[in-house]
Amino acid sequence: MKLTLRVWRQQNPETPGAMATYEVDNISADMSFLEMLDTLNEELTLAGDEPVAFDHDCREGICGACSLVINGDAHGPERTTTCQLHMRSFADGDTIDIEPWRASAFPVIKDLVVDRSSFDRIIQSGGYISAPTGTAPDAHATPVPKPDADFAFEHAECIGCGACVAACPNGSAMLFTSAKVNHLNVLPQGAPERETRVLDMVAQMDEEGFGGCTLTGECATACPKGIPLPSIAAMNKEWLRATRKVRR
Amino acid sequence: MTCGSVRFGGFRTACRDERDYYLERIYPAFGNLVPRDIASRAAKNVCDEGRGVGPGGQGVYLDFAEAIQRMGRKAVEAKYGNLFDMYQRITDEDPYTVPMRIYPAVHYTMGGLWVDYDLQTTIPGLFAIGEANFSDHGANRLGASALMQGLADGYFVLPSTINDYLARNPHTDTVDAAHPAVAEAVAETEDRINLLLSVDGDRTPDSFHREIGELMWEYCGMARTDDGLRKALARIPEIREEFWRRIKVPGTGEQFNQSLEKANRIVDYLELAELMCLDALHRAESCGGHFREESQTPDGEAERRDEEFSYAAAWEFTATGGAPVLHKEDLVFEYVHPTQRSYA
Ligand code: SF4
Ligand code: FES
Repeated sequence: MKLTLRVWRQQNPETPGAMATYEVDNISADMSFLEMLDTLNEELTLAGDEPVAFDHDCREGICGACSLVINGDAHGPERTTTCQLHMRSFADGDTIDIEPWRASAFPVIKDLVVDRSSFDRIIQSGGYISAPTGTAPDAHATPVPKPDADFAFEHAECIGCGACVAACPNGSAMLFTSAKVNHLNVLPQGAPERETRVLDMVAQMDEEGFGGCTLTGECATACPKGIPLPSIAAMNKEWLRATRKVRR
Repeated sequence: MTCGSVRFGGFRTACRDERDYYLERIYPAFGNLVPRDIASRAAKNVCDEGRGVGPGGQGVYLDFAEAIQRMGRKAVEAKYGNLFDMYQRITDEDPYTVPMRIYPAVHYTMGGLWVDYDLQTTIPGLFAIGEANFSDHGANRLGASALMQGLADGYFVLPSTINDYLARNPHTDTVDAAHPAVAEAVAETEDRINLLLSVDGDRTPDSFHREIGELMWEYCGMARTDDGLRKALARIPEIREEFWRRIKVPGTGEQFNQSLEKANRIVDYLELAELMCLDALHRAESCGGHFREESQTPDGEAERRDEEFSYAAAWEFTATGGAPVLHKEDLVFEYVHPTQRSYA
């Protein structure tokens, strides 16, 4: 395949960026999108240009590092992560636009790499359980009903990629935060911090400058892990419950 | 696919020649349930013999047809639907109707930084937990248990050992930037970065990464020989020399630079690769994931030589390219003693 790429290039957070055009040739349909970018980068390096900076780690769709807006869609045309998107989703001769996540809470570091430490701070504010360590409890000491386990698991699937934020016209992080809150709040292990967790994580989310939620639903359409839109309603319910329960 | 699915049975492994179900042929008693080191080695062997499948011939079939017939598609879906979806996404082939193509890949190495029982390295205050240390797994790792090491170290061990270190309040003074050790480390790092940026050669960091990877896969991978390891040990210094002559790192050291990051990791990789080969060469027995072709039983099983090698080898770094010093930590077994594994 022969493709024209229009890629966002930005030296650093201070310098304004712009789209740059490149041609790539001999792209196999079985290549992943990131392997296609590797090919471009090898050529750029040998030509003495700086390769395009982009985030990646596992390339298996499980770590959440890869993060590209492809032809206007977070993670591109398929419902998956960028690393699991393959070139067979494109046609020979296509022009492909490649941009970073765009949200003020995700400033661009360089080219296609954005700073997602705001997500880490949301997790740090409540995405944990405090448990006494010591002797390991028996596996059946804390029974969890199957529907609760399934609900927790569904939300634990969130890989923190940030596609929900990138897809949202308001740059809201409600889907991500709700995934994290719901995952732990439904489990007995998460019960001791059930109220503080949702209050603190939502407060941190606001502080990071993410936008408000208007239930547009773009987040759930872009999410590679299928975190459903009602997660946000479930978190709102948790939040309301917590405000009534906790006096601060 | 993962060891989980490979343990599940019901599937059959085959190569190109008229569905040669080679695991069933070689290990009639265990067939497709042989441990993964044996299964992986056998897969590489049939591909090395030119009997692999798919473009490039780097693959064998994992045939689920019988399992689907026996358990029903629903049951297989419930168990492995996720995995099958991933496979379909990557290959654009439906594993429910077409046999999967698989090939072994390195995703874990036994061993790591030496730590004491508190998980502290030889540098006071530097603790290494999870896959980074050598502590929990021996010469082989059980399936799906790399996470166990991270969880056990992080959840159970470290919370009870690091407090002892912290309780001694070791950091009353911050180290001054002018301290000779700091100055030395900074100068060494700056020199290395400047050198990497200034070579301006004609090879990319990725091309070296690939070259060392292929070398290790061939000579220090699932099956090793004295001859092959010596070849690798002769080749690595040559690659290192070529690296410092031909590496090309665009950009500067002043800002985020992924090429520079990669090049630095390759400098580390060369060091680690050399050590792994050296360690594999000195251990002239087969043991767990370390299979020395010279040391095998008549039926092709790994042959242990516990009288000589029942120790963990901790290598002390001296200098890049210099000979590391071997410290032997004896392995003492009180209740369960290692025995010869046999799947024949
Ligand atoms: S909710 Fe989905 S899109 Fe958002 S961070 Fe998690 S996995 Fe990514
Ligand atoms: S690189 Fe890990 S999810 Fe894409």
